[in-house]
Amino acid sequence: MWRRCQRLFYAWPPQTPRLCPTPPFGGPRLSLPGTARTYTPPTGGFEINLDHRKLKTPQAKLFTVPSEALAIAVATEWDSQQDAIKSYTMHLTTLCNTVLDNPSQRNKDQLIRAAVKFLETDTVCYKVEEPAGLVELQKNEWDPMIEWAEKRYNVEIGSSTSILGPNIPARTKDTFTSHLASYNTWALQGIEYVIAQLKSLILSMGVIDRHIPVEKAVLLSRLEEEYQIQRWGNVEWAHDYDLYELRARTAAGTLFAHLCSESSTVKHKLLQD
Amino acid sequence: MASLGSPLRTLRSLLRELRYVSAKAGRPYRDMAAYQHLREAFRAHRITSEKLCRAQHELHFQAATYLCLLRSVREHLALHQVYHARGERSTEEAAGLVGLKLPQQPGGKGWDP
Repeated sequence: MWRRCQRLFYAWPPQTPRLCPTPPFGGPRLSLPGTARTYTPPTGGFEINLDHRKLKTPQAKLFTVPSEALAIAVATEWDSQQDAIKSYTMHLTTLCNTVLDNPSQRNKDQLIRAAVKFLETDTVCYKVEEPAGLVELQKNEWDPMIEWAEKRYNVEIGSSTSILGPNIPARTKDTFTSHLASYNTWALQGIEYVIAQLKSLILSMGVIDRHIPVEKAVLLSRLEEEYQIQRWGNVEWAHDYDLYELRARTAAGTLFAHLCSESSTVKHKLLQD
Repeated sequence: MASLGSPLRTLRSLLRELRYVSAKAGRPYRDMAAYQHLREAFRAHRITSEKLCRAQHELHFQAATYLCLLRSVREHLALHQVYHARGERSTEEAAGLVGLKLPQQPGGKGWDP
């Protein structure tokens, strides 16, 4: 039963969330893992111990992460499980598993190509012509993002109202490809996850570059839905459910990308009197 | 370009989310590794000599992202429990919705159910 449930522990291939009621994944376990702690082996990297047993990925590899803050966050995720293991709430763990196991065998180039491919069907570049309120909203909210991306990366993107979408010049794609190539595999997996969730390369770059917070990016990605909600009303069990899930996944992806691509040093300056 | 608010507010919200997590784990929240790490990080990077500190903004952004993650996971789970966690109705309940009752056959149905 463990092998069948393995695929729920990966972030790729993307799984559509199931709205029809299902029993919790795994069912009640015989012994719930107790305290989750991080552990630093002498070889470097960080591992997770659940009740003194080492955490392993679904393919039985040892679960090692390069960053301590990430390991602490994963341990907190495992600590918050109660009664049953709900893998759909453990987004950071699934991301780590995807990187360590690489179940779809994708190398760095394939990841970058998949990420840049989203630019041709980027959400913020597709505008509508019909309800005037939505046109206005898209102009006010999406245009500043496109301008920011064009200025920051020195490229041309543009937007369109036709069904074919904007015409992205090859130079733009090359710029983004070389920019994404500067991240390591771990961070790139996180970035690609965020792009797949938000359905937009520009919004993802905005979040990764810390230009807009996660909540704003999710709002911009769901702009048309928010417009319709304001017009026709909010359905909690669908709209809010999707909103919180999208926020959780995007936040997990960005946190993952940031934690895996940084290194911090503290420099103490002497006070000069 | 939305602002993140004050770091104090982010820290307090983060601590509240950690209290919820520790309530589930059954341990006091001050024992958790996340609490120690956050406390040290916020203390260590509080004071710098520069007026516009990019590293401070980066750390605050990271804290705000983690807060968004914890909060959304908790709310998502709560909504799931309320709306989507119940299984299907049993056949008796479904029949009872329209006032019908299932037939009682003391001899058995004659085939496997």
